[in-house]
Amino acid sequence: MSATLEGPTTTDEFIKGLWKENPVFVQVLGMCPTLAVTNSAINALAMGLATMVVLVMSNAVISLLRKFIPKQVRIASYILIIASFVTAVEYVIQAVSLDLHKALGAFISLIVVNCVILGRAEAFASKNDLVKSLADGAGMGLGFTFALFLLGAVREVLGSGSLFGVAVLPASFQPWVIMILPSGGFFTLGSWLLFFNYLSKRKARKAALATAEVAS
Amino acid sequence: MSNLAWIFVSAVLVNNFTLSYFLGLCPFFGVSSRLETAFRLGLANIFVMVITSVCAWSLETLVLPHAPYLRLISFIVVIASTVQFVEMVIKKLSPALFKALGIYLPLITTNCGILGLALFQTSRGYGFFEGLVFAVGAGMGMTLALVLMAGLREEAELSDVPKVARGIALNLIIAGMLAMAFQGFAGLFGSAA
Repeated sequence: MSATLEGPTTTDEFIKGLWKENPVFVQVLGMCPTLAVTNSAINALAMGLATMVVLVMSNAVISLLRKFIPKQVRIASYILIIASFVTAVEYVIQAVSLDLHKALGAFISLIVVNCVILGRAEAFASKNDLVKSLADGAGMGLGFTFALFLLGAVREVLGSGSLFGVAVLPASFQPWVIMILPSGGFFTLGSWLLFFNYLSKRKARKAALATAEVAS
Repeated sequence: MSNLAWIFVSAVLVNNFTLSYFLGLCPFFGVSSRLETAFRLGLANIFVMVITSVCAWSLETLVLPHAPYLRLISFIVVIASTVQFVEMVIKKLSPALFKALGIYLPLITTNCGILGLALFQTSRGYGFFEGLVFAVGAGMGMTLALVLMAGLREEAELSDVPKVARGIALNLIIAGMLAMAFQGFAGLFGSAA
């Protein structure tokens, strides 16, 4: 892994998806599955992992084929590749856990139109080699899973007083039913974004203060 | 008949695609900053949904019984190409209509609302007419959500919002409140979901 002077290393490509360019919290992509299936932590994790598998596989194949796919039909080709993997993943989930398949429903098929996947194919895998594309896919996928888990966990704890189906709050806690309803999804994501906005604003102010002190 | 009416009302209000299924959120947040654009996008959306419904129904009855594993792939390919084809036809026949809807058509060819419509229609076993009604209802529901959102956002721009909340976070909270209002429709027609 000899890093050239310019250009990030493979490790950088992996790490950026986790936080700095997190697909949900920073790029705000792939909203539909993000909000639709995060009413419990387990659904959120399953969705995140399924998306990650598709993302890594499609990134790999697209990266390998990037020299062969003509520019004019690239989007159509990407979608075909992604759809094949999604179909495979859907059958695997159905084979492994029928309950999960029922809970996620049509949203497994809808991974195809998750803009995160097509976005990475277009912005990254079509321009980079196999190893980097794999790292990028894994990083983005993990970041996506992490964000979904944060949402799912908050919504499940507040909405049903449990986490992964195990009660974590005292029985006297009155569950906020709204959190597992659709509007709870919007509110939870909105609140996380507010929180991260606040953190980054604070950091920017601190940095500004530090430079001002140095200058004076 | 009452079945068709129920499908329609359910798709527009009770199970609104945008606000209770979270489908088509990209245009919902991306193109909802102006009322005018939002309305036109909504119209284009209804249009594409009707095409989608017909495509999905034809595929489901003619092709897919022989090859169910091709469902997802064929839905996407057929819907996207049909929309593109219809777009060309409109451009030729009615430039005025194309001007009004045209630029939005490529945007919606593969958004999740469209694919979701095809998938829901299939999994609920809707026939041809039920599918059509469902498509128009879902499209109108999305238009309604889009227009409401655009109106609210135009107002929100004029008000004094804390800096930290500006942008997507504020939009999400507004959408949450809209969704909450739409949950009130859940009691309509008894508890049938």
